[in-house]
Parts: sequence; C-alpha cells; structure tokens
Amino acid sequence: MSVPQQRRLIFAHIDEPGYTNDLACYLKHGGYEVMRRAFARQPAEIIEEVKRSGLRGRGGAGFPCGVKWSLVDRKSGKPIYLVVNADESEPGTFKDRYIIHQDPHQLIEGIMITCRANDVRQAYIYIRGEFPEGARILEKAIAEARAANLCGPRVLGTDYSCEIYVHRGAGAYICGEETGLIESLEGKRPYPRIKPPYFPAVLGLYQCPTIVNNVETLCHVKHIADMGGEAYAHIGTPGNTGTRIFCVSGHVQRPGTYEYEVGKITFGQLLNDVCGGPLPGRQFKAVIPGGSSAKVLRWGERYRGRRKVGAEFVEYDWGIEDVPLDFDSLALIGSMGGSGGVIVMDDSVNMVEALANINEFYAHESCGQCTPCREGSLWMKRITARMVHGGARGEDGALLKSVADQIAGRTICAFGEACSWPTQSFVAKFGEEFSGYSKNDTEGGTPLV
Amino acid sequence: MNLKPDTLRSIDEAITHYPVKRSAVLPLLHLIQEDVGFISDEAIEWVAAKLELQPINVYEVVTFYPMFRRKPIGRRHIRVCRTLSCAIMGGYRTCAEFERQFGTQKGEVSPDGEVTVEFVECLASCGTAPVVMVDDELHEKVDVAKAGEIAARIKSEAAARK
Ligand SMILES: Cc1cc2nc3c(=O)[nH]c(=O)nc-3n(C[C@H](O)[C@H](O)[C@H](O)COP(=O)(O)O)c2cc1C
Ligand code: SF4
Ligand code: FES
Repeated sequence: MSVPQQRRLIFAHIDEPGYTNDLACYLKHGGYEVMRRAFARQPAEIIEEVKRSGLRGRGGAGFPCGVKWSLVDRKSGKPIYLVVNADESEPGTFKDRYIIHQDPHQLIEGIMITCRANDVRQAYIYIRGEFPEGARILEKAIAEARAANLCGPRVLGTDYSCEIYVHRGAGAYICGEETGLIESLEGKRPYPRIKPPYFPAVLGLYQCPTIVNNVETLCHVKHIADMGGEAYAHIGTPGNTGTRIFCVSGHVQRPGTYEYEVGKITFGQLLNDVCGGPLPGRQFKAVIPGGSSAKVLRWGERYRGRRKVGAEFVEYDWGIEDVPLDFDSLALIGSMGGSGGVIVMDDSVNMVEALANINEFYAHESCGQCTPCREGSLWMKRITARMVHGGARGEDGALLKSVADQIAGRTICAFGEACSWPTQSFVAKFGEEFSGYSKNDTEGGTPLV
Repeated sequence: MNLKPDTLRSIDEAITHYPVKRSAVLPLLHLIQEDVGFISDEAIEWVAAKLELQPINVYEVVTFYPMFRRKPIGRRHIRVCRTLSCAIMGGYRTCAEFERQFGTQKGEVSPDGEVTVEFVECLASCGTAPVVMVDDELHEKVDVAKAGEIAARIKSEAAARK
C-alpha cells in the first residue's frame, strides 16, 4: 500500500517560509473571507453545517462538536460563553502551540464563526501559562482583528458584537479538564465540577451555558463553514471525518506534526514511512497513541474481532502496523485517539522506568479533591519509584494494578481514568518487566526518573 | 505595594475583562509576579483588597498553581521539561548539566544568584525533545552539549552586566 499524502487543512501554512502571524499576511491568503460569508447566513445554518460535518472534538474525548453545540441551553435568558481550550497540557501533544504561534488568525476566524453561530457575545481563550509568547501573539492578533472590525463592537457593520479575551493559566494540568478550566477562569482553584449537574452547556462559566472547545476543533469549524458540512464529511472516513494532526514524539527518526485524513493512515505508515522508522540499531517496543493518558500498545501485538463498517459487521485481524488511526479503531483495540499525541518508545526503554515517569506526572497533577485519585496517584508513583530505586518486590505488578483499578470510575473527573490507564496497561502488556524487575533489563536508555 | 505604573494600568484593564471581579485573580498574580518577581503576603492582601475578596481566596490560588512562587528566584529561570517524551530523549541529563554548570540544585537559587533551575511538566513541544525554557524563551533539542552552550551564554551575559 502506498503511503497517503498529508492533507494540510489546519496546518496549511505552518512552517511555510514567508508566512507571518500578522493580519496582513492572513488577509493576503484569503483570511476572514469564510467569516464574511458565514455572517451573511443564518446562525442556525452554520450549526447545521457543523452537525452534518461529523466533526469530533480534537481536545481528547472526540465528542461530536455539532451535538455539543445543540445541547447548549438557549432558553435560560443568561449569556452564552465560548471558552477556547488552549491549555495543551496532555503530555505528548503539541499541535495547538503551532496554530497559536504561527497562524493565530485562523483560530480567531474559527472563534468568531462559532460565536456568531451560537449567539455568544463573550469568548475567552484559556491558554496555558507556559505559552507567554503565545499569549502575547494572540493578544496582538485580537487587537488587529478588532481594529479591522472583525471582532469587538458591531462586527462587520452588523449589530452583533463579540469580545475575545486571553486568559493565562499558571502551570496546572487539570486546567485542561473543561470544568476545572471554568473554575480556574472564575479565579479559583481548578477543582473539576461534578456532572450532573454541572454540564458546561447548561451550568458553565458563571453558571451560564458555556461551550468549551479545543483550539484545533475551532479551526476545523472555519473549514467546515468554508466547504460545507457535507463536503467536509467526505474527508476522512465515516464517523471519523476531517483531518487530524498527529504529534509524534520519542524514538522515531523524524518526530513532528503530521496532518492526515482521519482513518486514512495506519500506525505502520505513520511511524515507519512518514516518521522514518526506529532510530538506527533500535526496534519499536511500545507506543502510546493519544497522549500519555491513553493506554499503551505493545509493538508486535495483533488485534482480532468484528467491527461495524457502515451498516455491516466485518472481521478484522490487524497487526499493530495495520491499525487505521481513527477514534473508533483505536478504541476497538483498547486505547484511544485522545489528543493525537503519539509517543514512541524503542527497546532502550525500561517500561517500569517509563511508567514511573508517567506516574510522577499524575501524582503531581491530581487536584486532590477525590480520595482515590489523590492517594492512588501518589501510591502508584511511590511504588514505581521504589521499584526503580532498588526496592522492587515480586507482588508490585499486582499491587499497582489493584491501586489503579480502585481509581478509575470512582472520581469526579476523567483524570481518574487518565491516571489509572497508564498503570493498568503497562502492567497488563509488559507484565514480565514488572514481575521480575531488574534495573539492567535494557541498555542504552537514559534516566527517566 | 510598590508596582510600576504600567503594571497598575494593566491590572485595571484586566479587571474590565470579566463580569465578576474574582476572575481577575490569575491575571493580577501574573502581572505582579512579572513586576516584582514573586508573590509576597503583601501582594496577596493587595490583590484581595483590589478584587473585594478575602486574602484566603487569593492565597489558595497562589499555593495551588505551580507557576506562582512565594520567594524570589535567580535572575534567569531555567525550566527543563521532565515528562516522558523529553525524558526518553535525555531530559534528565540536560537538567543535571544545568545544575552542574551553575553549581546548584533543582528548585534553588544558584550561589551567584544568577539562575534557578527547575523541572517542569510537559511544555507541549515534545517533537523537539528535550526542551527547556529560559525565562520566556523556548529552546529545542537541548542535549547536554547544547545545555552547555546555553549556560555559557547566560554566564557571559552575567559577566557583561558586572
Ligand atoms: C485531565 C484532563 C485534561 C485535559 N486536557 C485538555 C487540554 O489540555 N486541552 C484540551 O483541549 N482538552 C483537554 N481535555 C478535554 C477537555 O475536558 C474537553 O473535553 C475539551 O476541551 C473539549 O473540546 P473538544 O470537544 O473541542 O475536544 C482534558 C480532559 C481531561 C479529563
Ligand atoms: S479525579 Fe483527580 S483530578 Fe479529577 S477531580 Fe478528582 S482528584 Fe481532582
Ligand atoms: S514531554 Fe517535554 S515537551 Fe512534552
């Protein structure tokens, strides 16, 4: 099978020589034309286009964007807010960074189309604190757009007004979770809220209906408004439409960002052909497909079963190289597409050390509200750290699994799953390294804890 | 509080961005930390008064978010990414090299007051691992050799200032 070509919709101008992030350059490339056309249509038509497009959120959960918008409570009499999730904090994910730094007006155009469609008069871009330059770029871009009457009062001469403000986070991963983000935007600790009743679409920012969307998702909205939902739905595969940016990091020859039609490229094609395969003298060992919270896959695994394609069920028998990279296939093989962050580890990596590294992240980032998550993430960190530092015991694999099993499903937010899935999957897939742990199982690696 | 006129202007502007004053806690803390270098007790009380909150409402925010600090740091802030993609590409060695170069330990101010080296979690630039932020600037593919070059530059800038 030949390797498919990248389809750069969102990243059309990323790293293009001479392309700058100012308004003049964006306008020269046809910028804000889609918004002008969208403003000439009824808002409900735009929502219809997004529904028809099948667009699924690119922030992590893959929730259908049009459905999310249609859940917004429009009868409450309260203002509706848009919150743009630019927290980009899921380890392994690095796509929104490039949009923000290199093509901020694409995002602003997507935001304005979304706001007008949903009658939003106030949007906030919640950007992680570690993007100080990104925050300045966005603020400048918003000021340029405002001066050109593309946002702010009476946009494009209509009686519709909408302000956009940038709000900086301060280094906490849990602010990426949408209700934690909302609390943070309200000036509090980012303690996630329990659902029900606090669905953002009904009781979000300031207890008003709120739409939270990822940066990349909102850029897709611009392209949907441009080509129409129907045409957009022809890109990618049924149920997994459009393009998606894969962020490949770790042990491949050419790490980086690659935009492909969803489901039109396999793991083997992406990692071997596009990214150049393993480093010299090395072999792939493990890959995490959707940010560090996604379950790890073992290179060389096979997956068999039946899956629904259109209206029919078909048998599949995939080696890991054959798995198409879409939301549903990755869920089928027991992991997830998540945020698009593909982390590759080769045979220099000791899996106990790798898990110890991940566990340290989650122990540091748990907000501490729920006992299973607060205590469990810390215990998992301590156990893996102890193993690495010479105190491994035969039962550690089972102990880790038992702690992880008592977190997932028992917490306020999905961080509970996010912190237990790595442990559950590492122990399940690399059990031999956990039961007979020895520091010298691999050679040539670098310290991970 | 002795804040620069520019900071005070930005603070008043930030408060107008929200229908509820409390939302301005994070922006105000960022502005004050950029101006003064850290968040003192006095700053906490000042922000609380400014936003009509109790000091505890500000204190609990300062103590939760990793980017806010209660003490001054070195003149330059070196943040090395610790998370998996950077670690497997050598991030721990990079961090150790910065510690060695400045004779310091993570989280402390170096003896000459020049730097604070810290581990931070994923900086969303995993494709160019290992990455390091020096103040607001991102440095990519910082192996031990490149860490040495960055350290040399910081040292020569420090010498030029003296
Ligand atoms: C622990 C945790 C961290 C998250 N971090 C992010 C993030 O950094 N960026 C993001 O866009 N979504 C993140 N999400 C997902 C958001 O909660 C939310 O689903 C998303 O912003 C919705 O946007 P979308 O529908 O456009 O994907 C996170 C979720 C969880 C549970
Ligand atoms: S699951 Fe963890 S991160 Fe989420 S609310 Fe509970 S303690 Fe906080
Ligand atoms: S792991 Fe270091 S930037 Fe993501």
